[in-house]
Amino acid sequence: MLGFVIQRFLQALLVMAAMSVIVFCGVYAIGNPIDIVLPPEATQEIRKQTIRRLGLDRPVYEQYFIFMGNLLQGDLGRSFVYNIPVLELIGGRLPATLELVLISVISATVLGVSLGIYAGYRPESWVSKTIMAVSVLGFSVPSFWVGLILILFFAVNLGWLPAGGRGETVAIWGVEWSFFTLDGLSHIVLPAINLALFKLAMMIRLARAGTREIMLTDTVKFARAAGISEVTILRRHLLKLISIPIITVFGLELGSTLAFAVVTETIFSWPGVGKLIIDSIAVLDRPVMVAYLILVAFLFVTINFVIDLVFALIDPRVRHGAAA
Amino acid sequence: MSDPVLSVKGLSTHFFTRVGVVKAVNGVSFDLARGEIMGLVGESGSGKTVTGFSLLGLVDAPGRIVEGSVKLNGVELTTLGEAELRKRRGHEISMIFQDPIATLNPMLTIGQQMKLAIDAHERVSPRAAQSRATELLTQVGIPSAAARLRAYPHEFSGGMRQRVAIAIALLHRPSVIVADEPTTALDVSIQAQILAQMRALARETGTAMVWISHDLAVVSSLASKLAVMYAGRIVEEGSTATLLRDPRHPYTAGLIASLPAMARPGAPLKQIAGSTPSLLSLPEGCPFAPRCTQASGQCTTDPDMTRNDDRQWRCYHPFGHTTPEPE
Repeated sequence: MLGFVIQRFLQALLVMAAMSVIVFCGVYAIGNPIDIVLPPEATQEIRKQTIRRLGLDRPVYEQYFIFMGNLLQGDLGRSFVYNIPVLELIGGRLPATLELVLISVISATVLGVSLGIYAGYRPESWVSKTIMAVSVLGFSVPSFWVGLILILFFAVNLGWLPAGGRGETVAIWGVEWSFFTLDGLSHIVLPAINLALFKLAMMIRLARAGTREIMLTDTVKFARAAGISEVTILRRHLLKLISIPIITVFGLELGSTLAFAVVTETIFSWPGVGKLIIDSIAVLDRPVMVAYLILVAFLFVTINFVIDLVFALIDPRVRHGAAA
Repeated sequence: MSDPVLSVKGLSTHFFTRVGVVKAVNGVSFDLARGEIMGLVGESGSGKTVTGFSLLGLVDAPGRIVEGSVKLNGVELTTLGEAELRKRRGHEISMIFQDPIATLNPMLTIGQQMKLAIDAHERVSPRAAQSRATELLTQVGIPSAAARLRAYPHEFSGGMRQRVAIAIALLHRPSVIVADEPTTALDVSIQAQILAQMRALARETGTAMVWISHDLAVVSSLASKLAVMYAGRIVEEGSTATLLRDPRHPYTAGLIASLPAMARPGAPLKQIAGSTPSLLSLPEGCPFAPRCTQASGQCTTDPDMTRNDDRQWRCYHPFGHTTPEPE
């Protein structure tokens, strides 16, 4: 087991190193930040000074090694635009995205898996057909449109919920959270629904397909022949057998939503990292872009690493295969 | 013979599919005495497995038992509700399957799976459950059973997995076990071991068995009684010795003739010409008639069961017996 962990950890490091090169070169290839940072009427002298100050006069590999050297010391550079450390900038925005994404992905998974199991267990009932119709909608309706309709309906017409912003926050360990105040929660509801809809649809499909397949296997027939009740079969046999694909998709969704919740964050003016990266790309704020993409890569690598460990915990075949 | 533990009368299970009604089981009747092993033999698609599932009330949609009776220890099962049926499954009647790799849940330990099967019918302490599970595993021939409770199915060989499945089926000392080709997927040597063990277990515990198989050779070494199925019905039934020595139905005779042991070395095996009819559109009359060497014009009407001493057959032109006059 330990060997398995170490092996996965080394793989993760390698992926991160490769990612840093790709991201750095990719971002370097886009535009010239000087044109955006400085006003057009700036003198040649100021231009030269700024270029030197930002380190843009050095060759790209040198810039990369300086960047990596700083990165290893926990320094991701300063934003060209805000002139504050990038880490501070992202760190200030991350909790907002984190709470929104966790709430929506977790509730979409719990609800989606339950509905999906029901739809797979009783595929002929009208309830299941309704569930599947909802999931088709969740897949096919674009998220920005759903967001606008949610605002129109619940915020403008009914006036039940606020249309945007984070609302009241509470500081816990120096980090601001909306989740722990009633006002903050009311602000989270609409963007969370908006973000969750697609994931809900996917989880329903996934759980339904798994359930339909597993319920036809000899494992379930044998359990039935042993007189084990349907509830126990669903709880003890089915849930474990369909868990692997669900956990995989859960991890991937968690990562990609954390990184790219930008549409929802923009519609609901949710001050998360998604909005930050879009703004940074617009002004070619290179340090923010690089740091953000590296962070995203780090998130994915970490999530995949954790998922591999979870697999090993729940599936004995993986665990024993890894030990051998 | 005392009262049978299992009595099946006129059992019919049909599948109502989009393309039509599949008559998978069509008027099957037999009795099973305490501790008796009956072989249910036939080609694939003859309705053996569906018969097995029907006995436990486990026919999947779109199939259902359309008529007939299944009496287990004097209780009619076909009219029981799902909850009452569940109480009997695994407790009074249990089933083992062909593929031991597919039957056990790969993500639960053997101990957990046995505990689930015990808990389905009794409230026992974890310790009592563990000692019961250990005892059963030992009985079916699994060495160091107590330690193996913590193992997962993939740590067992196919033969060992089938023994675990058998142990689970035996946990509550059922009156009847339906064994659906449980040794077909195993090596021949392991097959022989398990057959010997099952015979001993049936004798010790008084458990009766319906042993479903397409392999007449395997079944005849185990069962005291044989029922031969063809196209959803039993075409001949009787004691194993009588049936093998002196088959009445041409289909039974064909099955016996195609056994490798019946052929001279080097000579080609005998075959039954043709193939099983589609259960979706059974021909009028005897379903075996198109393949039968004895068929006559009379065979366009369905023959009834003819009873004689302790055996019965469904044929107008049985071997070794004077043909009854048509009415």
